[in-house]
Amino acid sequence: METRTTGLATRGIDPLDGAAVRADFPLLAAPPEPGTARVAFLDSAASSQKPAAVIEAMDAFYRRDNANIHRGVYKLSERATAAYEAARHTVADFIGAASARECIFVRNTTEAINLVAQTWGRRELRAGDLAVLTVMEHHSNLVPWQLVAAETGAELAFVRMTPDGRLDLDHLDTLLARGPKLVAFSHVSNALGTIHPAEEITRRAKAAGAAVLIDAAQSVPHVPVNVAALGCDFLALSGHKMLGPLGSGVLWGRFDLLDGLPPFMGGGSMIRRVELSGSTWADVPARFEAGTPAVADAVGLGAAVEYLSALGMDRVRTHERELLAYAVGALAEVPGLRTFGPTDLDQRSGVISFELGDIHPHDVAAILDEEGVAVRAGHHCCQPLMRELGVVATSRASFYVYNDREDVDRLVAALHRANRVFAIG
Amino acid sequence: MVDSLYREQILDHYRNPRNKGALDPADYSHEDQNPLCGDEVRIDLRVHDGIVTEVRFDGRGCAISQASASMLTELVEGRPLEEVKAITKDDLLDELGIPVSPARLKCALLGLKCLKAGIYGVKSVHDDEL
Repeated sequence: METRTTGLATRGIDPLDGAAVRADFPLLAAPPEPGTARVAFLDSAASSQKPAAVIEAMDAFYRRDNANIHRGVYKLSERATAAYEAARHTVADFIGAASARECIFVRNTTEAINLVAQTWGRRELRAGDLAVLTVMEHHSNLVPWQLVAAETGAELAFVRMTPDGRLDLDHLDTLLARGPKLVAFSHVSNALGTIHPAEEITRRAKAAGAAVLIDAAQSVPHVPVNVAALGCDFLALSGHKMLGPLGSGVLWGRFDLLDGLPPFMGGGSMIRRVELSGSTWADVPARFEAGTPAVADAVGLGAAVEYLSALGMDRVRTHERELLAYAVGALAEVPGLRTFGPTDLDQRSGVISFELGDIHPHDVAAILDEEGVAVRAGHHCCQPLMRELGVVATSRASFYVYNDREDVDRLVAALHRANRVFAIG
Repeated sequence: MVDSLYREQILDHYRNPRNKGALDPADYSHEDQNPLCGDEVRIDLRVHDGIVTEVRFDGRGCAISQASASMLTELVEGRPLEEVKAITKDDLLDELGIPVSPARLKCALLGLKCLKAGIYGVKSVHDDEL
């Protein structure tokens, strides 16, 4: 990556050029059909596009290194194993893990949280125990705990939010005074983009004696994240939201905690010794990776992390922060448009959740699609949060490294067309 | 411009829904939701001598779900119940006359699902059975 020394570099952070980054992404670089416009892809909060580096890393794995891992004594299997474990180290370094052993490959954030709920949760939570979540959680950090609570009799309580979509930390303190066993929260809200003060929340939760799980699905792709600085016990992330393959994800856990946990799923790879009468378990992380894992996907995730590292996460954040500011200004000119979430953009990632007059979000998204602008519409897997906002659904535009002001301009133009179609403004 | 979902006929039914309201009592009544987008539709029918004499729908949601329900009420009013039972999803989609993508099919068919579930007295009708 070329290092520039002009412009914003004097302030310490070099800007990204969205159009130049886009050239690395085959799907975005060319129009879907000849004669059509390229897709203005504004739904990276749902899943990101993949750079050629990721696609090629997976392709190369299947062409050159493919074999099952941790078994064969032949060279192919050794190469496959080395590639898989190298990816684990790459991810571990990226999030500041003390050791690669603390990183467990899973399919996605949902599986990572279910792993903690079913191993740590079922063992540690008892009838009458309290687990604190927030009203803003994605269903993936809510439903797994509802399942465990129903089984164990533990109680769930939810930190309230402010009208502008931040967490009410006074209410957190009130709940912490009841001595919860667990505090589990999202670092960045997928629906509103709120960047929660994760270090502060974790510090208070740990001081109250709770274990802390952070859903980092929307933070690791967009802001610098370091598990040691956060001070949490578990952190879950999805590879597909950070330029990696679909079906790749990681659970990070503090080694001493993971080391004491029972298995999640049983099968090959996760055992030490198997008798007909019972079995003993492999060391961490193999204990939590039953069966043949998605090796090529882990390799692809490693390549995605290397790509992001080369861009620099500070620059990624700066780029998205600038794009967000530009978009907030541009959208203010669209008649009938109302946005949700924090007005302080330092507390917000590149996500804009909005309503357009009384046009249903699905109609808004469908009209934008007719203009080649891809946004998400719906409840964003956050039905309780939608109820807090008093809406059924919102439309959501989200930015990433390959977006630029042209994407925002196309969004705005398409929103004007939606207003014309529905005869507003 | 591209072939839009939002043709004037759809927008007209959305802005000026036909047969909107409720029938109390109704001979057949059913309400259902589209969990994907939260669309809601209820359809009430009165049947006399095997003919659908009155029909009302109520609901809220996207233009496609509400316009489709509105057009459905026009399609069934005054027709024999046996004919109404035989209305298929293709009949309704023809009536809509727009290119409904798979993602919006659930919106477009919500009213018909309500109608069928109401007439047959079942909890829900699967899209494949419409």
